[in-house]
Amino acid sequence: MNNAILMTSGADNIDFMIHGIFSYEIFGHEVWITTSHVCILIVMLLLAGFSVAANRRMKRATEVPDGFQNVLELIVEKLDGVVYGTMGKVAAPKFVNYISTIFVFILMSNISGLFGLRPPTADYGTTLALGLITFFLIHITQFKNLPLKQIWTDMCSPLPPWLPLWLPINLISEIAVPISLSLRLFANVLSGTVMMALVYGLLSKVALIWPAALHVYFDLFSGAIQTYVFCMLTMTYISQNYEAE
Amino acid sequence: MNITGHDLIMACSAIGAGLAVIAGIGPGIGQGIAAGHGAAAVGRNPGAKGDIMSTMLLGQAVAETTGLYGLLIAMLLLFVQPLA
Repeated sequence: MNNAILMTSGADNIDFMIHGIFSYEIFGHEVWITTSHVCILIVMLLLAGFSVAANRRMKRATEVPDGFQNVLELIVEKLDGVVYGTMGKVAAPKFVNYISTIFVFILMSNISGLFGLRPPTADYGTTLALGLITFFLIHITQFKNLPLKQIWTDMCSPLPPWLPLWLPINLISEIAVPISLSLRLFANVLSGTVMMALVYGLLSKVALIWPAALHVYFDLFSGAIQTYVFCMLTMTYISQNYEAE
Repeated sequence: MNITGHDLIMACSAIGAGLAVIAGIGPGIGQGIAAGHGAAAVGRNPGAKGDIMSTMLLGQAVAETTGLYGLLIAMLLLFVQPLA
């Protein structure tokens, strides 16, 4: 009865949920290791292996790059170009590492649906963590770079600073930043995952080769766009705190 | 045929999910407007195509969020079933 809506279509092999693999107790709470953890671990191991290989290759880098070194330099130069183009020369060197890391991680997570994994970014836990990192980064840079007086003035923004009537509304809009960032990424990847699961589950006999086109749209195109948008918004929010210079 | 309270709630959840994804109309119109203005801007100034593209995609992705909220509500109603 629980899946009554889907059962009427005669398909009980539709599966896009997160499954628990095993549970353990920590401080009296039951905690589950889920498929998201396993997929995130696979993505992490892949990226770690890639970076170890890249590090070993770049230790004996040659003046004229070839093969693998070409690829690495291309990736780093592209990411540098995006970050420097958005954040400017002052802020970019401090954040290029973080932005590049989350860019590569989110991109690999989003397109891991192609390889039969359930994308880790289709779990709200992952994207909320990413959104919270961005949120704290925004406010730490804000308190580091801007004087307290200006932060207060910005917080009371449309009204003068001695009349903080608008303060609660501005606070809510600050809190909405990580929520909307994480929900945007989560819902985009989840909608792709659900639609692919529906196609494969409902049309199991007919879904032979043509779902590849859907994979290109939902996994590659949508995943790349959302990665770009997440990093772009992170950079825009952070570099707002550098405008005084 | 007996309709229990649970069946009624499931049926109403399905109707509610259908109503919730009507939220997709707004982002559709908004993204279309953004793409139209982007095309016009490229027509006026073909040299700035890269900048226009990235700005347009960013704006469209932000506009898409409200539609995705509707989708999330539909998903919650269908699969998490908070009312049942």
